[in-house]
Amino acid sequence: MAERNQRTAYGETLVELGGTNENIVVLDADLSKSTMGVLFKEKFPERHFDMGIAEQNLMSVAAGMALAGKVPFAASFAVFASGRAYDQLRQSIASARLNVKVCGSSSGLSDFGDGFTHQAVEDIALMRAMPNMTVFAPVDDLETERIVRYMAENEGPMYIRINRNPLQRVTSERDVFEFGKPAVLRDGKDITVFAHGVMVKKALDAAEDLSGTVDVKVVNVSTLKPLAEDEIVSAAAGSRGIVVAEEHSVIGGLCAAVSQAMRGHGIPIEFVAIQDMFGTSAQNYEELLEEYNLTTDAVINAISNVKKQHERGRS
Amino acid sequence: MNSMNVSNLERVAKQIRRNIVEMVGIGKAGHLGGSCSSADIATVLYFHKLRRKDDDLCWSDRDRLIFSKGHAALCQYAALAELGIIDRAELTRVKTLGGILQGHPDMVRCPGIEANTGSLGQGLSISLGLALAKRLDKSPARIYCIIGDGELNEGQCWEAAMAAAHYKVDNLVAIIDRNHLQATDETSKIMSCDRIDEKFRAFGWETLTVDGHNIEQIIEVLDKADTVEEKPVAIVAETVKGKGVSFAEGKVQYHNGTLTKDEYDEAIAGLL
Repeated sequence: MAERNQRTAYGETLVELGGTNENIVVLDADLSKSTMGVLFKEKFPERHFDMGIAEQNLMSVAAGMALAGKVPFAASFAVFASGRAYDQLRQSIASARLNVKVCGSSSGLSDFGDGFTHQAVEDIALMRAMPNMTVFAPVDDLETERIVRYMAENEGPMYIRINRNPLQRVTSERDVFEFGKPAVLRDGKDITVFAHGVMVKKALDAAEDLSGTVDVKVVNVSTLKPLAEDEIVSAAAGSRGIVVAEEHSVIGGLCAAVSQAMRGHGIPIEFVAIQDMFGTSAQNYEELLEEYNLTTDAVINAISNVKKQHERGRS
Repeated sequence: MNSMNVSNLERVAKQIRRNIVEMVGIGKAGHLGGSCSSADIATVLYFHKLRRKDDDLCWSDRDRLIFSKGHAALCQYAALAELGIIDRAELTRVKTLGGILQGHPDMVRCPGIEANTGSLGQGLSISLGLALAKRLDKSPARIYCIIGDGELNEGQCWEAAMAAAHYKVDNLVAIIDRNHLQATDETSKIMSCDRIDEKFRAFGWETLTVDGHNIEQIIEVLDKADTVEEKPVAIVAETVKGKGVSFAEGKVQYHNGTLTKDEYDEAIAGLL
């Protein structure tokens, strides 16, 4: 399977869109070589604006551009885009539903070497809590392309969180992006796993490992807000248990959102997520995911736990 | 284009102040001081300088006025009512449930508001974004941004100052309402910010100064700003907080204070 990082997909898609839509402008904060906004800068230098190491100004300038009818894509590392500029996103962009597209790059633990200062474990929680903000977390490079295209073509403030490292493809060129709709990537009648980003592939691997013993459904939830609660409920209908897996704090992300959607349904639910703690440095991404228990084995254990809970509930 | 002579502008400025006092009312809190200090500058901009179309508020080539000091919302509302952009009756419903005139301006609810401001320090960046976008479109639109002197405490103002000079935008004019007071005390006691013009000049801006209550001089300085090329312009307008309401002039307690019945009557009488 092909491996391409999502940030390259982000940059390449913007270049493609920039060729047909003159209103697209791209803003960076001295990280264009990481966000891959540099690809747009090379192709359309007059429409790329580097705001320097000043994320607050970055977002508010994007707000002004949106007020003038531009479609600004403003990117930084997710930890800065969501945290450092939270007030700017809240006060003048989300409150007025301005057409600003925010890219939280190198999200989660994916900037493994740089440590907690550069790792966003709570960006989804922050962005989900903000009224009017739409939140996406694509699963692979192809879905990144599709979502970036959706963002460019649809009005309103939107946040996309993307990964720094190459991710194995789990969707195909033929797939289409349906806004808000969780996508069933593997069907199964026993347990339903909801996941986003890097954890989707781990969930698929867990389902494969368990095939023949437990029939596991895997659902990719790439639109985190608004969450299609009815679709979540119908995807989980008939399951004996639910597992939510995400490379994000267990607080405020998909774990919280699915729990909210499933309230009152009486189906056991377990989480594979980062506990209430900061990130740390590691030599590579996989080592870090293991440290935080974001692994295929962790998903298998969680599946086993909800299955046991279900059986206890029946006896 | 809506243009007026000096004496008419002075009359409008007085009416705007009267509207502000009426909105502050009796026994309710309101940002009287900072609204009155900006009133003459706002009058010249709204009634003389800004290129706009009465029948098309969304005309893409219009000049924009961004009140970065969003707490001077009453000044904006007062002017928008005089322009006929909002119904005068709305002024009586300011800060009430369901009203279009929020405590800080909301462009979604109130026509004529160009940006949501109120969390201080963001308006100059928003104005820079507008200026860059308008330059890209080869639009003649000019962007004016009124900033409080206390607001300059916010670091983001200086991020924007650096970026505006870097991008050499000459369709952006920042007007600093230098009234020497902020929410709780004199600016010199809370956070000193002297030689504001020199600071902006050091960042690469053209700087001008003006008496922010002299209509004729405000017109002149804004015209002069039009001629500056290749860099943004900062105008430091020396003002008095609460200007026009004699007992409130230069008094910090009227930043967001209340008026008694006697004070209200005195304020209105002084503005007739």
